[in-house]
Amino acid sequence: MTEMMSMEVQAERPLGRALDRVDGIAKVSGRAMYAADYRPASDLAEGFIVEAPAAPGRIRRLDVSRAEDAEGVIAVLTSANVPEQRTYGAPEDAGRFTQSHAVLQGDRVRHVGQPVALIVARTLEQARHAASLVEVEIEVDAEGGIFDALAHEDLAFAPDSLDGADDADTQKGDLARELAGSDHRVGATYHTAMQHAAAMEPHVSVAEWDGDQLTVHMGIQIVASAVKAFATTLQIEPEQIRIVSPFTGGGFGSKLGIHSEAVLAALAARVCDRPVRVVQTRRSVFVNAPHRERHRQELELGATADGTLTAIRHDNLAGMARDYAFAEAPASPTRASYAAPAIHTSHRVVAADIPTVDSMRAPGEAIGTLTLETAIDEMAQACGMDPLEFRLRNMPDVDPVSGAPFGDHRLESCLREGAQRFGWDGCVAPGSRREGRLLIGRGLAAAIRPNMLVGAEAEITLSPDGRFHVRTDMTDIGTGSYTILTQIAADTLGVEPGQVVTELGDSAFPKSSGSGGSFGAASTGSAVQDAASNLLSALRDRCAALGLDGNGALAFTLDSVRLGERSLALADLVGPEGMTASGSIDPDDFDTGQAGYSYGAQFAEVAVDAVTGEIRVRRLLGVFDAGRILNPKTARSQLLGGMIFGIGAALMEEGVIDPRSGAVMARDLADYHIPVNRDVPALEVHMLGASSPFANPLGAKGIGELGICGAGPAIANAVHEATGVRPRAFPIHLDHLLPNLPPV
Amino acid sequence: MTPLTLTVNGIRHELRVDPRRSLLDLVRDTLDLTGAKKGCDHGQCGACTMIVNGRRINSCLSLAVSHDGDEVTTIEGVAARSAGEETSTADAPALHPLQQAFIEHDAFQCGFCTSGQICSGIAALEELAQDLPSLVTVSGEGFRNVEDADALLEEELRERMSGNLCRCGAYPNILAALRQVMEAQR
Ligand code: FES
Ligand code: FES
Repeated sequence: MTEMMSMEVQAERPLGRALDRVDGIAKVSGRAMYAADYRPASDLAEGFIVEAPAAPGRIRRLDVSRAEDAEGVIAVLTSANVPEQRTYGAPEDAGRFTQSHAVLQGDRVRHVGQPVALIVARTLEQARHAASLVEVEIEVDAEGGIFDALAHEDLAFAPDSLDGADDADTQKGDLARELAGSDHRVGATYHTAMQHAAAMEPHVSVAEWDGDQLTVHMGIQIVASAVKAFATTLQIEPEQIRIVSPFTGGGFGSKLGIHSEAVLAALAARVCDRPVRVVQTRRSVFVNAPHRERHRQELELGATADGTLTAIRHDNLAGMARDYAFAEAPASPTRASYAAPAIHTSHRVVAADIPTVDSMRAPGEAIGTLTLETAIDEMAQACGMDPLEFRLRNMPDVDPVSGAPFGDHRLESCLREGAQRFGWDGCVAPGSRREGRLLIGRGLAAAIRPNMLVGAEAEITLSPDGRFHVRTDMTDIGTGSYTILTQIAADTLGVEPGQVVTELGDSAFPKSSGSGGSFGAASTGSAVQDAASNLLSALRDRCAALGLDGNGALAFTLDSVRLGERSLALADLVGPEGMTASGSIDPDDFDTGQAGYSYGAQFAEVAVDAVTGEIRVRRLLGVFDAGRILNPKTARSQLLGGMIFGIGAALMEEGVIDPRSGAVMARDLADYHIPVNRDVPALEVHMLGASSPFANPLGAKGIGELGICGAGPAIANAVHEATGVRPRAFPIHLDHLLPNLPPV
Repeated sequence: MTPLTLTVNGIRHELRVDPRRSLLDLVRDTLDLTGAKKGCDHGQCGACTMIVNGRRINSCLSLAVSHDGDEVTTIEGVAARSAGEETSTADAPALHPLQQAFIEHDAFQCGFCTSGQICSGIAALEELAQDLPSLVTVSGEGFRNVEDADALLEEELRERMSGNLCRCGAYPNILAALRQVMEAQR
């Protein structure tokens, strides 16, 4: 690859440079166009969702007559007049993102808050008022619903598959024997809370039809699966659908698939024969977008007297939304973090009458490291060992459960470097480190997240204007896709990033990986790199055919290409159409049988008020291995954001469902608390930066979810050192601490 | 429909508006200035922050008709509000120093909260310059006079920016951007 580089020696190559975001100006000046900002050519109508007030059951009465008569109302969609759709959830083998997402189908309501009608009016004020005039009565099923899955363990079953893993259960070694033979045993039951992605952009779709062609501007993470979901639901061909999503205002898993507002917008636009925008209200987002389910997690660990782990058991129970097959895998990190002769994990779910349950940032690891790393700390204490030493002693040589060799394993490096940078000097007796009435505690935890590679395609055109246009249906949900794809193309082509224009988020472009599972940069980035080298060889061939041949790299300016002393006018090289090449990545080519993970180590310091129990995070430091870092500036931001998610999970975020009615009780940002600026101390982020060539052509590993892993348990372990209380439920509430705080 | 006269980013508008329309919806959907964002419509996130008569407000919580005669600045107008405005082109609009600092410090990711953060930040710096107190201000002493001025200043900025949620978690970078502008202004 080196000989492909530009002859001009650059101070720093584009890839790896801390480049400012190429979409930065658009975002700071309010010009970036999110879906709700899109203005169709003809008059836009507004849709407003009317929700089911109770469930599960059937609609006994739905009177929309007053709404229909209200000023400005164009139509009211209900099950009585909605166009035909495929049955919700069908076909069975489609997978959750591409199954039918039908709405307003029949008189059945699955969960509280599900749409029973959509008001379409000329303005939002008119639509919202008309919605208040709808009368709806639900006849709740005689046997009631299941809202608290954890109280119905008798109905639990093993899910067919887990998110990110095939097997619901794994059983390595003889657990009973290892536990019986261990010198130390710790075990506890933990609860992790229902959580919401709470992206700042509410779910939104603007749909318009041109004949049989549907265009939807929407906030989405994976464009290609949205196309399929619309095709399945509306029973039309994928070719009839165009999805446009140049900017998405955060996703965190909640925009992997499409949701009710998207289908409602498409149906309403058809019925009303004009563009319709449906923006979910913030309250709607808490029930009509997916959430992370509350989990009961049981952990039991055994170790020998010298601090060697012998056994780990991790059993999980959670709700699964009825007719929507998704089960999170909190035991995923347990299968991969530490060596032990016996590791048994299980996941059980109970079908529940609750809103959609789906991936939220770092599914599995976010809530799995929260409990596992707390239990590991407790075991270190039981063994009388420093928690850092204990973790280092139990590092695995191979992937602990699968037995596969590691592509690379840098957890130990993260732990050691983190300890040194943080100034980790061992534990003190809980409650013994004080500053006035503040109890100070420090804690650490390991971070791990499986690394993935998925198929992707991209194309690059060298236009007669001298710019390289990268096109793929990849999304930038805040991750920095525009910037790093620009850098990858520039680096491969030997030009400066300013000569590259990256266009994303349009289903008319080649199909990418989309954004999710921290696989976007490596997957779509590899496809862009491939496209760039293909384009470069094609350009080199064309140059040679035109007499510009020889050794050395081609140097592109805006109007010419130069090789050594000679040059060619760009117009002669690429013609009026420009020259295009495509590229792709096939994950099978990188299926080496090696286990791949991103790693990290996080260190926290907290201050707990000995009188009130208030917990404040004072320091949080993370050292991370995400392979080669494509852009240290945007990579750092990804990690910071993840760490802040971790603070939220440990101390604040708790969704609540009323176990009697199934209503989601925390439905806005005043009830569902995410960290605010003042909850976040100075964060320190360090990246090892070593390449991981086993993983993909770029040598980068996933980074978007890594920061959340380990942040929460580092805080929980610090809370223990401050107070002597071992948190068993997350988020940690003051009242968990108050009865047991040491005397002031 | 209620008559309303409003100046937005220096341009005077004579309008007739639905009295139920929020200032946010008016600016976004009547005037088509879509920089301000609707994150909650409930005054809980700050994505809709605008500067009205020099003070920042959550424009989603304010009915448009209550702003007759007011001067509104949105993200589209903050650059013009700053001194030394440069010529703006479609590719390179003139930027307020805080907008520039946001880019340099990567003080955003998805960008959805960003318009609100910047409007809020500009107004917050003006509040500090005017010695308007916040919850953490040590009473009787400006934040400039106390012993650990640096730590207190950070706490002041964090407190004053805590009405603007950022789910992407750009908070430390937002803080750095604000500090840079503040130091340059001194
Ligand atoms: S949209 Fe106004 S505060 Fe959230
Ligand atoms: S940048 Fe995404 S919410 Fe702040």
